Amino acid sequence: MSDASINTQTRKHEDEASFGDYFALLKPRVMSLVVFTAAVGLLAAPVAVHPMIAFASILFIAVGGGASGALNMWWDADIDRVMKRTKGRPIPSGKVTEGEAFSIGITLSVFAVVMLGLAANWVTAGLLAFTIFFYVVIYTMWLKRWTPQNIVIGGAAGAFPPMIGWAVATGGISVESVLMFTLTFMWTPPHFWALCLFMKSDYKDAGVPMLHVTHGRKSTRNHILVYTLLLALIAVGIAFTDIGGPVYLVTALVMNGLFVAGAVAIWRRDETRAEADNYKREKAFFALSLLYLFLHFGAILAEAALKPYGLGGW
Amino acid sequence: MSFRDEHELHKRRFGRNLGVGLVLAAFIVIVFGLTVVKVTRGDYEPANAVMQN
Repeated sequence: MSDASINTQTRKHEDEASFGDYFALLKPRVMSLVVFTAAVGLLAAPVAVHPMIAFASILFIAVGGGASGALNMWWDADIDRVMKRTKGRPIPSGKVTEGEAFSIGITLSVFAVVMLGLAANWVTAGLLAFTIFFYVVIYTMWLKRWTPQNIVIGGAAGAFPPMIGWAVATGGISVESVLMFTLTFMWTPPHFWALCLFMKSDYKDAGVPMLHVTHGRKSTRNHILVYTLLLALIAVGIAFTDIGGPVYLVTALVMNGLFVAGAVAIWRRDETRAEADNYKREKAFFALSLLYLFLHFGAILAEAALKPYGLGGW
Repeated sequence: MSFRDEHELHKRRFGRNLGVGLVLAAFIVIVFGLTVVKVTRGDYEPANAVMQN
């Protein structure tokens, strides 16, 4: 029996995975956030890195992030089959098997950590390994199905990339890299809870104990407001540190003003009003949250880029 | 002239095989680039061997 006959027996031709289906396992949209924040962490660091090493390091960080996405899809395949938002992913759609996703995830995780260690340094590689472990084991396998605080604690996994980027340049951790971590960490809950509010019954159907499922929508609206206020304090406070400056301060004041106003609007609404306009405010807040993070890290990058000309920082 | 006919599987999986091939080629280029950078700036000289970055 040839290899061709084995392969054609296991799957229908039209269901066969393309290269794009395997790439989709790596969650490209999440990967773009990882690449951007890691690049800002690397470029904002006070130590110059050779462009080739910087490029390769960011690439391996992205591969590590993608590998954890594949392992998340492998473990959560049962949930993804139920939720409307995730039904089209490669495993629920039948394009990729769970075993393939697991193999790709494990292989790329080891590959990314080892290559990052060789390209940059082993502190950075250790941070990437811990990030993958945190996302897959702590968040996906443990917290996600156990506690409504899943996204609060689990959000740390998405907050590590700027720290990893900083460590590529400096070989360690510092106050500035922890501040960038904190910014993303505090941003994640309001960003995700806004999504939960307009995803309606998706999480409930899948049995995932998200905050709005266990504590109700009113409580989720309260939480969004409290976390947004705490986030605003941290985000504006960063302006007065070594990675901040006038450009960052103006950006932070404008964006946090808009973000707090959005959170107050969500807090004042009830479900009847939200359903009447099809969750317009919640959707707008979610869209704003993406711009919020992009502009904050963009401002940190701008401050770093202006420093050689004597303009960045205070 | 080929030695045998191309199997239908090879036509069907051309896109996937091309993608894997391009990824492997890119990996070779990256490893080559990293090696050139690290060797030319002396990362692996005995005096600098512990200062990898």
